[in-house]
Amino acid sequence: MRITRPQQPDRKDPSSYAEELLIQMYSRMLLIRRFELKVNELYHQGIMPGTIHLSHGQEATTVGACLALEQEDVITLTHRGHGQALAKGVSVRSVMAELFGKATGCCRGKGGSLHVGDLSVGALPAIGIVGASSPIAAGMAFAFQRAGNKRIVLNFFGDGAVNEGDWHEAMNLAALWKLPVVFLCENNFYGVSTHISEVTLNEYLAERAAAYRMPAVTIYGNDPITVYDTVGEAAGRARKGEGPTMVECLTYRRGGHKRDDSGSYRPDEEVDAWFRRDPITDFRDYLLTDERIPPARLDELEDEVDASVEKAVEFALASPDPDAACALEDVYAE
Amino acid sequence: MRSDCGEERILTVVEAMREALQEEMRRDERVFLMGEDIRLGGSFAFTLGMLDLFGPERVVNTPISESGFIGLGIGAAIQGMRPVIDFQYGDFLFCAMDQIVQQAAKLRYMSGGQVRIPLVIHLPTGASGRGAQHANAMEGFLFHVPGIKLVTPACPYDAKGLLKSAIRDDNAVIVCGHKHLYGSRGRQLMQSTLSTQHVPEEEYTIPLGVADVKREGTDITVVANLLMLHHVMNAAATLAEEGISVEVVDPRTLIPLDTDTIVASVQKTSRLLIVEENNERGGWGAQVAAEVASQAIRYLKVPIRRVATPDVPIPFSPVLESAVVPGQERILRAILELLETSSDPLTGDGR
Repeated sequence: MRITRPQQPDRKDPSSYAEELLIQMYSRMLLIRRFELKVNELYHQGIMPGTIHLSHGQEATTVGACLALEQEDVITLTHRGHGQALAKGVSVRSVMAELFGKATGCCRGKGGSLHVGDLSVGALPAIGIVGASSPIAAGMAFAFQRAGNKRIVLNFFGDGAVNEGDWHEAMNLAALWKLPVVFLCENNFYGVSTHISEVTLNEYLAERAAAYRMPAVTIYGNDPITVYDTVGEAAGRARKGEGPTMVECLTYRRGGHKRDDSGSYRPDEEVDAWFRRDPITDFRDYLLTDERIPPARLDELEDEVDASVEKAVEFALASPDPDAACALEDVYAE
Repeated sequence: MRSDCGEERILTVVEAMREALQEEMRRDERVFLMGEDIRLGGSFAFTLGMLDLFGPERVVNTPISESGFIGLGIGAAIQGMRPVIDFQYGDFLFCAMDQIVQQAAKLRYMSGGQVRIPLVIHLPTGASGRGAQHANAMEGFLFHVPGIKLVTPACPYDAKGLLKSAIRDDNAVIVCGHKHLYGSRGRQLMQSTLSTQHVPEEEYTIPLGVADVKREGTDITVVANLLMLHHVMNAAATLAEEGISVEVVDPRTLIPLDTDTIVASVQKTSRLLIVEENNERGGWGAQVAAEVASQAIRYLKVPIRRVATPDVPIPFSPVLESAVVPGQERILRAILELLETSSDPLTGDGR
C-alpha cells in the first residue's frame, strides 16, 4: 500500500501574522483536541449516548480553513463534524449538550453527533451522508451570488466523498456557474478502513478538479498556517466572482473511524510518521519561535480550554432532556 | 365555476399551472425556475415561454444532473430563495432520492428547526405509453416521507390554486401532474368534464390539505386523484344514467391528507372504493382504507375495495398497459360489485 508521509510545512515566520490570529488558531485547535478526547472518555464510560466520529488529529485543517473565512460565510459539515462546528464558532456547550441529546443542544437534541451545527454562526447543521452536502453548498453559494453579496460557502468533505455522484454534480455545477464555493477536502486517506489507493487511481484527489476546469491544490493539512493562507486565497477568488476552488488538505485522524474502531488496518509505519508530527505540538513549537508569545501564555490558554470543556460537560449533564412532545415538532415550518 | 365578472377562460391543467407560476414569479422576486430544457418548456410545456418573460437569471437551464440541482435548490432555499424545479419526467426524481428524502425532508427537523426549505418540485407522473422507466406513479413512493408535502391536482382550477399555495409554502412541496392531463402539443389529453375548465382571472389560492367533493352522490363514495379522478367522473356519469348516484372525492393533496372529508362522505354513502394509479402494495389508498376502517367501519355496509395497478412494472404495448393501469371499465365493474354485495364488513354475514 502507498504511504503518504507528513510534509515539512512551507510557511512564513509567525511574525508575519497578527498575534491575535495565531492565538485564536492555537486556542481553537486545542479546544477541538480537548473536546474530542473528553467526548471519547465520556462515551467509553457509557455516559454519552449514540455514536461518535472523532476528528482529533485533523484540527489544523478545520481551524485554518474556518479562520480564513468571514463570520457571515457559511460552512457545511461532515459526519466527522464536531471540530468543524467548534472551528466556525458554534458554542462548546451547545455542541456538548447536543451530543448528550439534551434540549439545550444546538439542534435541541434532535440532531446528535452526526448533525451538529448552528446556522446563526454560519455552520449549517452537519449532513451525515457522504457527498450529499456538496450540491447544497453550491446552492447556498448560488443564493449568495444572486443576492450580489460577498458571502461564500466552504464545503467540508472527506476523501470518501469524491467517488460519490453528488460530489461530481456539485463540482460541475459550481464550476459551470462560477459559484462562490471553496471545496475543502479533508483527505485522511481512509474511508472507514479502505485506503484511497484501493478506490481510485488518483494519487491526489485534487487531480479530479481539472476535469471540471476548476483550480485545485494539494497542501499539507496539518499546518494551520498553510491551510489558512491557501483557503484565504481560494475564498478571495470566490468573493471576486472568479468561481470555486478545490483545496485538498492532507491530514490524519488520530482515532479510528468511529467509536469502536481502533484503526488497526493502518500500517504502523504510517501511523508513527503522522503521530510524531502532531499538528498541535508542531504549531506550539512554531508559535514559540515568536517572541511576542511567551510559553506561559500558551499554558494559560490550555487551562482556559480545559475549563471551558469541563464547564460544557457540566452544562450538558445538568441540562433537561427534550420534552417528548418535541419529537413531533419541526417536521414542517408553519 | 364561471365567475360573474370575468369572461369564460377554458384552460388545461398545464396552462393553469403556467399562469400560477407567472403570477408567483411576478409577485415574489425570490421565486426562480430551474430544470432541464426549460427553455423548450420542459417535457410537458409547463415552463413554455418563461425564459422570454423572465430571462436566464430566473429561468435556469440545467445539465442533466437531478441530484445536483435538487441539492442546489435546497441550498438556495436555505438561504432565502424560493426555487421551483421542473422535472421532465417524475421518474428522474429517483436519481435525486437522497436529496429529497434525507436532505430536503429532514434538514429542518434534525437541526431543531434552524432552517426553512421553501422548494417546489414539479413531477409529471403516471403511465402514458412510454414503457416502464417513464411511467412511475411517483406519489406512491413519496407518500411515505415525513417532512415533504405532496400535491396531486387533477383539474385546471385546482392546479392553479394549489401550485400558488405550494410556491408560498415554507416547506418542500412536490407537485405531481399526470402526463395525460397536460394537453400539451402532440400529447393525448384525457377527456372528462374536468380535464379542461374555466379558470378565473382573479387571484385565488387553494389551501394544501383540503379534499374536494367533485361530484355529490348517495350510493357509494369513490376516492380518486390525478388521471384516475377523470376515469371515475366518466364512470359516474355513465352510472347516473342507470340511476346510480356516485359521490366522487378528490383528496387533492396526499400530504397532508384530508381524511375528514373522506370519512364524512363514507358516513353518508356507506360504501367506499379507492382508485389510484400506484402499484397496489403500499399505495396511498391503503392508508385511506385504514383511516376509514378505524374511524368509520360501523358505517360501512360492504368491505372497502381498492382498484390500483397490480404489482408489476408498466409494460409498453398499449394493450398491456391498459391491462394493468386502471381504466373506466375496471372502475365501473368495481362500483357495481360493491353495490351488489351487502355483506357486513365486520362479520361477513348477510347478503
